[in-house]
Amino acid sequence: MSKPSDLVQGTLDMLILKILALEPLNGWAVSQRLKQMSSDVLGVSDGSLYPALHKLEQRGWITAHWKPSGNNRRAKFYSLTRLGRKQLEKEAADWNRLSAAISGIVKLKEA
Amino acid sequence: MTFEWFYTLPLRLRSFFRQRQVDEELKDELSDHLEQQIQENLATGMSPEEARYAALRALGGVTQIEQQCRDARGGGVMEDLVQDLRYGFRQLFRSRGFSILAILCLTLGIGANAAVFGWIEGILFRPYPAVAHQERLLAVGGTARGETGGTGISWPDFLDLQRSCTLCETFFVSKITGSTLNIGERAEVTTGSIVSANYFDAIGVHPVLGRGFEPGEDVGNDAHPVAVISYQLWRNRFKGDPDIIGKMQQRLNNIPHTIIGVAPERFYGTFVGWAMHFWVPASMEETFESGGYKLEDRGARWIEAYVRLKPGVTRAQAQEEISAIATRLENNYAATNRGRGIKLWPLWQTPFNNAGTLLPTLEIMLAVGAFVLLIACANVGNLLLVRSFARRHEMTIRLAIGASRIRLLKQLLTEGLILSTLGAAGGLLVAYWCRHALVLLFPARHGVSMYLPGEIDWRVMSLSAGICLIATLIVGLVPAFQTRNLELAGALKAGSSGVVGARGKAWVRSGLVVFQVCLSFILLVGAALLLQSLQKIRTTSPGFSTKNVVQTGVSLISAGYDVPHAKTFQEELIARVRALPGVESAAYARLGPLGYGTYSSTPIAVDGYQPPPEEQPTVDYNQVSPNYFATLGIPLLSGREFTRADDENAQLVAIVNQTMAARYWRDQDPIDRRLQVKGRWVRVIGVAADTKYESMRESPKPFFYVPLLQDFVRGPDLYIRTAQPLRSISAALLREVHALDANLALYEMITLQEQVDRSTSPQLVAVNLVSILGGLALLLAAVGLYGVMSYAVAQSIRELGLRMALGAGIGSVFRWVLSRGLRLAAVGVLCGATAGLGLTRLFGKLLYNVSPNDPLAFASAVGVMTITSVAACLLPAWRATRTDPARVLRD
Repeated sequence: MSKPSDLVQGTLDMLILKILALEPLNGWAVSQRLKQMSSDVLGVSDGSLYPALHKLEQRGWITAHWKPSGNNRRAKFYSLTRLGRKQLEKEAADWNRLSAAISGIVKLKEA
Repeated sequence: MTFEWFYTLPLRLRSFFRQRQVDEELKDELSDHLEQQIQENLATGMSPEEARYAALRALGGVTQIEQQCRDARGGGVMEDLVQDLRYGFRQLFRSRGFSILAILCLTLGIGANAAVFGWIEGILFRPYPAVAHQERLLAVGGTARGETGGTGISWPDFLDLQRSCTLCETFFVSKITGSTLNIGERAEVTTGSIVSANYFDAIGVHPVLGRGFEPGEDVGNDAHPVAVISYQLWRNRFKGDPDIIGKMQQRLNNIPHTIIGVAPERFYGTFVGWAMHFWVPASMEETFESGGYKLEDRGARWIEAYVRLKPGVTRAQAQEEISAIATRLENNYAATNRGRGIKLWPLWQTPFNNAGTLLPTLEIMLAVGAFVLLIACANVGNLLLVRSFARRHEMTIRLAIGASRIRLLKQLLTEGLILSTLGAAGGLLVAYWCRHALVLLFPARHGVSMYLPGEIDWRVMSLSAGICLIATLIVGLVPAFQTRNLELAGALKAGSSGVVGARGKAWVRSGLVVFQVCLSFILLVGAALLLQSLQKIRTTSPGFSTKNVVQTGVSLISAGYDVPHAKTFQEELIARVRALPGVESAAYARLGPLGYGTYSSTPIAVDGYQPPPEEQPTVDYNQVSPNYFATLGIPLLSGREFTRADDENAQLVAIVNQTMAARYWRDQDPIDRRLQVKGRWVRVIGVAADTKYESMRESPKPFFYVPLLQDFVRGPDLYIRTAQPLRSISAALLREVHALDANLALYEMITLQEQVDRSTSPQLVAVNLVSILGGLALLLAAVGLYGVMSYAVAQSIRELGLRMALGAGIGSVFRWVLSRGLRLAAVGVLCGATAGLGLTRLFGKLLYNVSPNDPLAFASAVGVMTITSVAACLLPAWRATRTDPARVLRD
């Protein structure tokens, strides 16, 4: 189905972790935040967001709580765990290394 | 990530056990998302309808997302398994006929193997389930330099071993003996063991009533007439009397024995093959054994013993220590022990019980069982293959709606697992029912209860489970192989008919059938070889007449007769027997041909014969009475028989056999020449024809006879030549015996033909077992061939119709189908014959005068296979001829 094929593998995970590192959010809010933060460049579909959230929860990087939201509903709020914070640090470091290397190559002047 | 499980395990368990709740939450979460998106959309001014569609579009397919979330949660493995199992059971239940046939095939295949495993476990590896730590148990026997095979060991040697061996936990003696058992008025012959006093403690068996033997009860001569009896004897002969202990209620060999204990119900002693019914301490040896008091005689090797090693000690280590002890004994007691060793055997090679005779048969059965299993698996694989054609449509749809191929493979393997697990359960049940069946294949005999139990323990179970897994793989992977290149579009289009592509895969099914025919052909050859060999053995002349000669005996030693009394008794009895109406002649011999006992053996010297250096010629001999040769119908080639005059006061004489005459006297006449026996010179007075002495399979060997009165034994076997039926001669003989002594019991009376048959019973058992399983294999292969041909006919019905429409006659259609089936069978036979040329060598040990590549055996196997194949193809061929061309072409 709609897989974030143009997204570097694993980047979606890091983005979600980063967003949740700021504050606990429910799925819809995460999707809105993703759109805002990446200025719609990444084009993450909502369809791929939820499996990613569940996968992260399953790995123990984020944890979920049910909180009441408006209209007599309850919403599932995700927050980062200690493991998740470590994972985020690691992935961010990796990403910085990788992007620095790539941009270094891209900036090479053509002879 | 070491603590990952700390978070994930509860979640996994939750998604597995609270599946419904987790699903509900997922729905809530997604609908919450939708709701918020709709609100957002409304805020931008969309109509409610529009807002809803836009939100749904943005999210994508809700069902797919739900499934992806479930996959992401990964509780899936167990979830999938449960689902697969549920689905698999439903599938198998839906096609019941197929399932029952498949499970039946697997039950036979796995059952045959489990039964063989059970027998091997119960007879060879763990023959004494009641004995503690039998995995560390080894048999102990003697060896003689320059000879193969084992002898007994002597009691003093046994005591030395017990004292000196540091690597051994315990030694014990268990020597089989027969005895006349008198309880009240009734006398019967039964089997028991002479044991060391530590026997019951050593094996960890505690009598249910009374006690075992105490230390010291195996010391002295006839000093401790006590006995432990079997539970069966206690129930049957003493009516389970709880007050029996300490009473002197039974006479064994006419010596009153006090019963001191009753063995547990399921304890049959420590002798593979026969059940023991009493145990007496070694101090009573002289009452039960011929040859006098032997507990102080280092030269008398009569003991059959066992040793339990200390934990962690290997057989090689123990053997090393024991060999060192044997060498020391050799040096200290040169007169009796020169050239004698002591050897440890694993239980399955025990030299002194029936384990050895069954070993080659059971080895073969392992291979045969594996063949039957493979054939059964091939059958089930074929069945599944046919079904997988029928299920192409289903599989294609499942692939189309997003199942991964791995998931389909899992599903197929799960179905295979269900089939083979049910098959294995059935198989273990079959093995359990068959565990005592081996005894049924042996001819029954009187006075001895055969006991050859299979043992279904955890080792057999886990082996069977392993086999079940192999079967699962074979059975599950065959159809998976089929779905490997399932083409979505093509299969969906042609879906309903399910024929497309089937033709291309026919070779898989044909291959399986060829494989089955090949394996069952090899089994047929094996069965034919064994049958031929049995016939050869049976038709080989034993060298004595088997008709009109009966064999029995009166146990005089056991009745407490001393030598003078026994001489008188034997003299009187033979006179009475000869006087019986219808008796042509009668004679005694210490041992009859082909019996369980061991002949006397002696080093010999012959005038004018120079043995090669380092060789001491040793020859077996037998003590026989006058008329022995006439009674048994053994021709005398020259000289004369023993007469009444060849008694203890006359010159020592001997009759040699043909082979002995040829070997030691070359071409000269041995009559009146000298022969040294046990250091004394005897005169040869006759040459007798060769006979079989110990086994029908032996080749001619030197042997001689001495007069019974010159080397007296008490209670020899009695041979009577008479045309009367067994029953009447037996009754007449019993009357004569009781007229002399009412307390005596007769040994079982059998004809010599019966004796020959018994000595060949291991061959008979092998023939029976291989024939039964070979027949089974043939049946399975025939079913396989039938299935493939039926399917082929169904598949090519259009072609058949066309042929018939174009003028092909019924005969040619019939021949066409038949020839296709027979071609498969022929390829199978060809493969089988090629493989068989190498494989039938496995039967070598069981064959007698038959080459493993005997053309007759191969030819008859080809014959049986051809007939079976034709039979299997007849019905499909007949069905093909019933094709209605008009209807087929119209459809």
